[in-house]
Amino acid sequence: MTRSVDFNRRSVLAAAAGIGVSVTFLGRQAFAATDGHLAKRKLVVIVCRGAMDGLSVSPPVGDANYRSLRGEIAIAGFDQPGGALKLDDTFGLHPKLQTVHALAMKGQARIAPAVATPDRARSHFEAQDVLESGSNVVYGASSGWLNRAMESLGPRKMEAISVGAQAPLILRGKIQAASWSPGGFKDRDTRLPGILADLYAHDPLLGPALASGLQTEAMAKTATASEAAMAPQPVPMAAAAPGQAMAPMQPQGGDAAARVYAQAGRSGAQAARTLGTTLAGFMTQPNGPQIAAISIDGFDTHANQGNAEGQLANRLAYLDAVVDGLSSGLGPEWSNTVVVAATEFGRTARINGTKGTDHGTASTALVLGGGLQRGGIIGDWPTLQQAKLFENRDTAPTMDMRGLFKGVLAEQLGVGRGALDTVVFPDSAGVAPAVGIVA
Amino acid sequence: MSIDPSLGASIAVTRFGLGARPGEIDAARADPKGYLKAQIRPAGADQPVGTFQSSAAHFVAVRDYQMQRRQNLKAGVDPVQEALKQIRATAQPEFLGRAQLGAQTDASFRERWTLFWCNHFTVASKNLETAVLVGPFEREAIRPHVFGRFEDLLTASTMHPAMLLYLDQAQSIGPHSAVMSMGGPGLARFRQSGLNENLAREILELHTLGVGSGYTQADVTEFARALTGWSIQGPNAGQYGGRFASAGEPGEFTFREVFHEPGARHLFGKSYNQDGIAQAGAILHDVAGSPATARHLATKIARHFVADDPPPALVARLQQAYLQSDGRLDQVANALIEAPEAWAPQQAKFKTPYEFLISSYRALGGAPDDFTKFGPVLTSLGQQPFNAPSPKGWAEEAEAWAAPDAIVRRMGWSEAFAQATAPLGAQPMTIAQNSLGARLTPPVAQAIAHAESRPEAISILLMSPEFQRR
Repeated sequence: MTRSVDFNRRSVLAAAAGIGVSVTFLGRQAFAATDGHLAKRKLVVIVCRGAMDGLSVSPPVGDANYRSLRGEIAIAGFDQPGGALKLDDTFGLHPKLQTVHALAMKGQARIAPAVATPDRARSHFEAQDVLESGSNVVYGASSGWLNRAMESLGPRKMEAISVGAQAPLILRGKIQAASWSPGGFKDRDTRLPGILADLYAHDPLLGPALASGLQTEAMAKTATASEAAMAPQPVPMAAAAPGQAMAPMQPQGGDAAARVYAQAGRSGAQAARTLGTTLAGFMTQPNGPQIAAISIDGFDTHANQGNAEGQLANRLAYLDAVVDGLSSGLGPEWSNTVVVAATEFGRTARINGTKGTDHGTASTALVLGGGLQRGGIIGDWPTLQQAKLFENRDTAPTMDMRGLFKGVLAEQLGVGRGALDTVVFPDSAGVAPAVGIVA
Repeated sequence: MSIDPSLGASIAVTRFGLGARPGEIDAARADPKGYLKAQIRPAGADQPVGTFQSSAAHFVAVRDYQMQRRQNLKAGVDPVQEALKQIRATAQPEFLGRAQLGAQTDASFRERWTLFWCNHFTVASKNLETAVLVGPFEREAIRPHVFGRFEDLLTASTMHPAMLLYLDQAQSIGPHSAVMSMGGPGLARFRQSGLNENLAREILELHTLGVGSGYTQADVTEFARALTGWSIQGPNAGQYGGRFASAGEPGEFTFREVFHEPGARHLFGKSYNQDGIAQAGAILHDVAGSPATARHLATKIARHFVADDPPPALVARLQQAYLQSDGRLDQVANALIEAPEAWAPQQAKFKTPYEFLISSYRALGGAPDDFTKFGPVLTSLGQQPFNAPSPKGWAEEAEAWAAPDAIVRRMGWSEAFAQATAPLGAQPMTIAQNSLGARLTPPVAQAIAHAESRPEAISILLMSPEFQRR
């Protein structure tokens, strides 16, 4: 409605980007009304980068070996202060995942506690490529599986909208990406865009990029005006360089230090929650995007990981806040939405020498949504017995991550098995889709 | 293959270098290859001009600050503002000095080559300590060695406090090291500590052999054990009753024998029986000489300078130059200049935000003079100063930088930059010819000629397909 509202919303998304949380939307009007029940279906994939520790996301506090392996970074038992939020006799959720837990109690959140991509190199960069490309080998695909899934559904006019100047692999592909990001744009009344559009006419990289960039600017203006009512307050964060430097370095002793630490976590979580509600605002517009990807950085906790509080707890608080913003912001549309949160690989079962954990294998994925089928954990739990650990160090994978994604794409978006096995996840006929996720 | 001298001069200055300053393409025209080769020198890179502190002084200052901070916290005072002041006071001039060197140097191939190695050995601002050390790291560990032996560069990087902190090496302790059996006040936290394999892994994966080259998890862990003891001298050498005494001034590298895991290490089917620092040194020597390292570095250099998907023949040439010269980087640079693939007319590389901004300043004959304006622009274009997103460094692929949002942002910046600089410069067409030479295409020249104002003409130049690429 007004310039200042515009500025506020952009500021908040910039604040979220400043704490390592960013979002990309795909699929303005991904489905037409003629797609029947699919017309309202929505999917959000949250990529937790840096190898998120599954044993802290969904601590198996009922597993006999959990506490001894984890030492001082173990999450306490169900009934203790700072303890896990109970899911069943074995599993709880991290105490910062309160929204996720509340959803789980309503049958709207489930865990897959031992999933892994087909990659075993324990390299962040390689594994993130595999996770996002949907390929079974590194550099096996230069586009993302989410983009190819939409492509497989037939010719549709769709766009990706990314916040943050770098486009994530998961949404790259043939379906052209548009992007929108928080920033201080002046109104565009110069001739330059038109001149450049002519000069870029035969440029396969710059031509489409400029066109969709300008189009999205226009869309963002409309979106902003229509959402004036939900304009949030800007959150002061270190968006300028060198960023993240103001995040507390190490947990220090004493109550005052804990307060400062918690303070940073709270303001970050506020920015993350606003990112969730803002995304929800876009997605509930008529013809708004139906497919989105969110990145949350900062899960590589080699040292001083913390337990109920600390480094990892703060990142999980951001994850929970994004889910809170999304689920509440979507309102009735939450029942048409599935959210999947996954990471490139898990972390070692044992605490390491620097009160952290090193690169591991299987981790936890979260599946959330208003229309999930009720059920227990997705996949099997291998347990943490010494003999069951993968290479005597990691949670063993019992489910291929592609199977989980396939199940969600099949049941939520109606992607066919043939496309899933060949185009979306190449050469994956041997990986069966998970079933019984979406009601 | 013979190159048209005019085109060759443009390629030398815009692809190998950081973009043309006025007159530079003319200077390269007589002998483009010789123009580049003259920039290779044993002394390594240029150093940014300014009064900068050493990393040791930074480290000691940060430790002092952290001690005060702990005291403040006990007193309930919020220390965050103080921390930010500390960072602004040191990191920003470092970055601005580096940008000014890039914008003004007459040897911009030398500087691009240097920036490649800075990104290869990425250290980023993950906390206060590393935020103030990125600039010193580049000056102390990278710049002196960029035309020497790769092994020396690798060793300098691995020993530098910034790297030891960034990848958690400084606090990695051998499970059977001497400190584990020491009693005494204050030592409990060391006894509860142990091995951290982060630096060992990234050296093998990112700095040397490359992922998928055949090393195993066991190799990573053994290398991590060999690296235990590679640490930083604390501000107070007399601490812990002097039992940690080791050589080195406060804030500088030290080998802390009491942290080192005793015994031989077994990696890559070979045993390393050396004592102390020599053990990891021998491993670094071997990985630096490995054909896998040669291949990994050759691929990355070719990808940076020539194409995201580099020509295999070029990779092979660079790999051969590396192996035949025992890893001499001046010889690899020479091979790059001599390679015909590097002079292909097609512009396959899309400029990163830093490259785009620096080349824009060069085109106008200027340099950034205010970090508070320059830094946020880079951040908004996706390349936050001194803060690459991971140890892998900034992306090379065009797709990572050419998102629609990013293009619109480049356009917005170009308009503002052109407004600010156009009245001062030469005629727009002269600027275009000086900065692109034979690469200026007729449609862009025509659009510049038909522009309705000088700022519009300059914006068109900066946003033209041939200026956005190199």
